[in-house]
Amino acid sequence: MNIAGNYNGSLSLNKATRAFLLLALSYLLLGLVFGLMGAFQYIFPEFLKDQLSFQKTRPLHVYMVITWIFTAAQAGIYYYLPNVSGRPVYWQKGIWLHFIMQCIISLVIIAGFFAGYFGGREYLEFPPLLGLFIFLSWVPFVINFFATLRPKYKTAPVYVWMWSTGILFFLITLSESYLWLFGFFRDNMVRDITVQWKALGSMVGSWNMLVYGTGIYVMEQLSGDKKVARSNISFFFYFLSLTNLMFNWGHHTYIVPAAPWIKMVAYIISMTELLIFGSIILQWKKTVSAARKNYNILPYRLLSFADIWVFITLALALIMSVPAWNYFTHGTHITVAHSMGATIGINTMLLMASVFFILKKENTATFQQNRKWISSGIYISNSALLFFWISLLASGIVKISGTQHNDTFFNIMLKSQPYFRIFTYSGIFVFIGLGILIFSSFRITAVKNQTEQMTSKKPVSFSTQQIAELKD
Amino acid sequence: MKLAIFIVLFTAYIGYSVVVYTKGTKSDINFSKTEQAQINRGKLLFQQYNCTSCHQLYGLGGYLGPELTTAYSDKNRGETYMRAFLKNGGNRMPDFHLQDKDIDALISFLKYVDETAVTYKKK
Ligand code: HEC
Repeated sequence: MNIAGNYNGSLSLNKATRAFLLLALSYLLLGLVFGLMGAFQYIFPEFLKDQLSFQKTRPLHVYMVITWIFTAAQAGIYYYLPNVSGRPVYWQKGIWLHFIMQCIISLVIIAGFFAGYFGGREYLEFPPLLGLFIFLSWVPFVINFFATLRPKYKTAPVYVWMWSTGILFFLITLSESYLWLFGFFRDNMVRDITVQWKALGSMVGSWNMLVYGTGIYVMEQLSGDKKVARSNISFFFYFLSLTNLMFNWGHHTYIVPAAPWIKMVAYIISMTELLIFGSIILQWKKTVSAARKNYNILPYRLLSFADIWVFITLALALIMSVPAWNYFTHGTHITVAHSMGATIGINTMLLMASVFFILKKENTATFQQNRKWISSGIYISNSALLFFWISLLASGIVKISGTQHNDTFFNIMLKSQPYFRIFTYSGIFVFIGLGILIFSSFRITAVKNQTEQMTSKKPVSFSTQQIAELKD
Repeated sequence: MKLAIFIVLFTAYIGYSVVVYTKGTKSDINFSKTEQAQINRGKLLFQQYNCTSCHQLYGLGGYLGPELTTAYSDKNRGETYMRAFLKNGGNRMPDFHLQDKDIDALISFLKYVDETAVTYKKK
């Protein structure tokens, strides 16, 4: 093999991956800041009402946190690709191209939101042209993914299937969510709303595929057990999730006057999640004992917390999928509780496990120095999230009871105030907990930069070490 | 085997999408060209001002403000009430300094949304 080529490859890979990791963590940090500002607007109606109202804080928050999820998943995949495939990343410069395009797009979107330029669609609240650029920024990633892995799907482990599915469906659903640009979709409200829910529901499924795939990969690396990601049962659950990704979105639209069979399909499909639910319960003992055994491995601890949130979130999702109950829960903060459990409790914990798995590998010494901080960050964020989640449920219940009694919006908001306060204050602690994790990551990454500067004078010894690391 | 399952599911997904786009979401409501143009303008304004960040239509959108799907036909709200908020803002809602013709367009759009909400009003 060409060692020099390998050397260049792995070094610039690490720089680019590091850049992506830092970018992803910055999205999360900013997303949390705007989330907190939005929460404050719930308890102080006048807070920045005319300068930076919820009209702007919400899209800023939503854009940043969704982009955190995608970017952290992509950063991990860039890092894992050489390990999985045994080849250096196919198109090194492509990683940088992706990085630069994404930075520019983000700056434009953020500046636009501050200045008041909106596309005004859920999740994709920026002007539509930027959706096209987001699509284009994925092209180098897609090329690198498939050209580096050259996946053989007959024998590929389940995470390769999941990553591929995530990529495919992100591109499909992003395109689908812009169908409203055509009059056929735009001029018919029922169609527009249905297609929008459909696209967004499946888009969430696409990032779940990327994130869960990453979680399974990290788990495989930590446990050294290669069988799990190749077993029939893993593939059974993969196909079950895929079916849900494709057809389960309909529970969002129970209230939309589209054809009744859309509801039926959604209801039936979402009840298949009971199988996942059941298997979690059956495996509970095993999961707990494994978690106990590997308690000291911090990425593993994050995976275990994600497990707990999967259980809680799935329970709530099942309740919300029953039409008779959905009638009450839709349009309340119960929906928000569900999405916060999923995006913070599950997605963010899994992605943080991936981040720390990488950082530990890259710089074990500094990682160990930061152990205490990381550990407290994990506890603070997860316990605060529980209060956060409960307060959202509670304010949802207040709204349901208010609506049943034909209370005015104003009164419902008034009665919800105590819960909004708990929600905001626990949000501060979620912020502190995740903030500790973010800054620990920054610190570990910064130290790595220094060692690299020192070693870069002796490229040969560094290169062998790098290659060894890549192979192990 | 795995590939076959994937292809079957994917084909079903594409087929289902097409049916949802067409049969599943057919509408009987028709408008004249000028009415349609006015509704479209309202919808575009609704998006440009990102009203969806605070308001929901069919449950889609933020929760800081009231759900607007059936605001138009609501006994306690209705057109005059809605116009007042669009004109001046509210306790939490900012004043967007909308012109009267923009308010007209927004109202036409919200009136149309209300008209489609047949299942919503049953209860
Ligand atoms: C920053 C959040 C926010 C934005 C953005 C916003 N609204 Fe509001 N809106 C509210 C709130 C909150 C109320 C309830 C009154 C109050 O507390 O201000 C309200 C009330 C209303 C009402 C009165 C109906 C009712 O049920 O009370 C209408 C109509 C309305 N908004 C339409 C719009 C339209 C159209 C837009 C976009 C041009 C918009 N709003 C943008 C927050 C917002």
